[in-house]
Amino acid sequence: MLYREAGDYKTSYTDDAQTFPIKLDRWWYYAVVFVAFCIVPFVLTDYTVNAIMLPFLIFAIAALGLNILTGYCGQVSLGTGGFMAVGAYATYKLMTAFPDLNIFFIVILSGLITAIVGVLFGLPSLRIKGFYLAVATLAAQFFLVWLFNKVPWFYNNSASGQISAPERTIFGQAVTGPNAEPWVAYLFCLIFVFTLAWLTRNLTRGRIGRSWMAIRDMDIAAEIIGVNPLRTKLSAFAVSSFFIGISGSLFFAVYLGAAEVGEAFGIQKSFLVLFMVIIGGLGSIFGAFAGAAFMVLLPVFLKIFFVDTLGWPTDIAAHINFLIAGGLIVFFLIVEPHGLAALWRTVKEKLRLWPFPH
Amino acid sequence: MRATIAAIAVCAATATPAMADLTMVSLTYRTGPYAAGGIPFSDGYADYFTMLNERDGGIGGVPIELLECEFGYATDRGVACYEETVTQGALVYQPLSTGVTVELIRRVQEDEVVLHTMGYGLTAASDGATYPYVFNFPAHYWDGAVAQIAYLKELYGGSLEGKRIMHMHHNSGYGREPIPTLEALAEIEGFELIMMPVDHPGEDQSAIWPVVAEESPDHILLWGWGVMNRVALEGAVEVGYPVDQMMGIWWSAAESDLKPLGDAVEGYRSVTFHAVGDNFAIFNDLNNLVYQRDLARGRMNNIGEALYNRGVAAAIYAAEAIRIAQEIHGVGDVTPPMVRDGYEQLTLDDAAFEALGMEGFTPPMQITCEDHGGGGMVAVAEWNSQQRRWVQITDYYPPDDALIEPQIREASAAFALANEITATGCPSN
Repeated sequence: MLYREAGDYKTSYTDDAQTFPIKLDRWWYYAVVFVAFCIVPFVLTDYTVNAIMLPFLIFAIAALGLNILTGYCGQVSLGTGGFMAVGAYATYKLMTAFPDLNIFFIVILSGLITAIVGVLFGLPSLRIKGFYLAVATLAAQFFLVWLFNKVPWFYNNSASGQISAPERTIFGQAVTGPNAEPWVAYLFCLIFVFTLAWLTRNLTRGRIGRSWMAIRDMDIAAEIIGVNPLRTKLSAFAVSSFFIGISGSLFFAVYLGAAEVGEAFGIQKSFLVLFMVIIGGLGSIFGAFAGAAFMVLLPVFLKIFFVDTLGWPTDIAAHINFLIAGGLIVFFLIVEPHGLAALWRTVKEKLRLWPFPH
Repeated sequence: MRATIAAIAVCAATATPAMADLTMVSLTYRTGPYAAGGIPFSDGYADYFTMLNERDGGIGGVPIELLECEFGYATDRGVACYEETVTQGALVYQPLSTGVTVELIRRVQEDEVVLHTMGYGLTAASDGATYPYVFNFPAHYWDGAVAQIAYLKELYGGSLEGKRIMHMHHNSGYGREPIPTLEALAEIEGFELIMMPVDHPGEDQSAIWPVVAEESPDHILLWGWGVMNRVALEGAVEVGYPVDQMMGIWWSAAESDLKPLGDAVEGYRSVTFHAVGDNFAIFNDLNNLVYQRDLARGRMNNIGEALYNRGVAAAIYAAEAIRIAQEIHGVGDVTPPMVRDGYEQLTLDDAAFEALGMEGFTPPMQITCEDHGGGGMVAVAEWNSQQRRWVQITDYYPPDDALIEPQIREASAAFALANEITATGCPSN
């Protein structure tokens, strides 16, 4: 009833294989993209951008990246925070070394540098699997944070050890620095999110994505049918790290403006992104967005509900946030291991059939 | 789409600023590994404003509305708290976090709101000509480092030649801040400076203390915060390092870190920029008007502790600056730029502190446009484990201006250059 599919015939394979085969879904998607690009920028305030939109968009990129590695290729990683730090420090070094280079290219270059680092730390995945790989990536997390703390070259010998993003502009509009308008920062991140999500979709339904999923589902069988594990696993690490590097770069340059590696890119960031992927749904692009939105918005909603509406003290709301987030992770792992994306899939199936369930 | 709806909902929920009140914001961290430091400070800050509302009906007759925003010492959430509250006309920010301070310096210049970092934050910001909206009186980290070394020099009979001093610090902007000063002093005094960074959050120091025992430095300067302080002191006790050879900065001197360790921490010293103890006249008013009426923000188990008093003092500075701003501009409902003028005219001598009920809390100080750092006077206190309280054991050490002033100029210029801040200068009078 809600999905009116009558008359929605497919007459070619291209039509049948498109991302949104159902017409209503497709229109819905166009509407979301239109609203995100053409309407949201006009209604943004400093607060909505900094508390909601930027973290949501930036973590959506990180969740997409981790989803490629963990959700599509089955390689567990706890090094997300460290790889985000690589992106951030690459951005800082590039920004200060080449003041005239456009920030857009700096972000892309930072992603590429992170991809190289990711491949290096992905090498052990050829020998070790599962929990042991998680521990190896955990080592990457701690090593990278230690490295950026230890070597003053990375923070240009600044006395405080912090890195801070100078102002950079695109078409005369400041994207980084304190003068950046909220809508500019938002659009800048949105363009990356849109492009990378589009890229993910097309990677995962092509040859590369299928080889990732083959490795995930059973690596020995995949190897027997001719999937090269070296190339597949390392390409997953490279693409995943590229995404995470871009998110780290944006997180530092556009969102934070200044950062300290241990605090901004510590182990809790790795877990946060992992929770996003788990709650959103492993191996799903919609899941990456849903998970990021959920983890970013949950504290905001709880604060509005408990503090602004009920007048409770802020610390109790913060503690309840921990309780609910932790409880939900356990709940999802038990009840719906495929996360919000799977819930949505079930609901959609029901809606397509409704009101005739058989 | 979902996020868009949420954004609109949030807009609607937060776009209701309180009218005709003095809006104060307390960025708190009552959760997380630094809560032990955050709670007493925020409690003192809130209780003093409650007392002013009860006693005087606010400041200059205008009631104070205190908004709390919990950020758990996480810089990104601290900045989100700032963005959320700055549009509601908040007058002063005191984040009690060096990380958040560094983030906010550029934003407060843009938004023209006062940022007062009392004994923390960016030391170079005491250069008021470059940072008109940032204040870090009554003392900053470099004053603290100078006083620590000055005291040790006295302790070792006037010479630190050949001594080995370890700087055990929180590996963040906070802990690294005094390093240039300590390095310069090491050069002058001829001691060897050993670095011992402890990474955030500092709960795990199992790899640190065996190294310390091996190195066995003559003295340790402890620059920790939150759970790191407690763990460091426990580590020292465990490996048998004498606690009386350790000396904290004022953030490593909370009663709650020391009391559980009992007699083991007898003789631990720390520098302080204010008097210690709970026998100030202000506590009569607080007791009658806040604690007795059940209006206290916290659980009242930290009243009179160093961090609680520091919260009260931070609130006093803000309240006095607002009062002066009201006098200068002749309006009750002051705006953030007016409060800045109040801060810049702040003069607190002994009589003023006595009138405020904090007699002898800090040495007299005067803020000017050039100097946002105040007197920089720092004393040394020693922990008495029998009486479970701090005892001030030295007079106030004056700041080493000859050493610090050029460093401040240099660091201020470097930070301003890196952040593209242009000095506004001071009116010459």
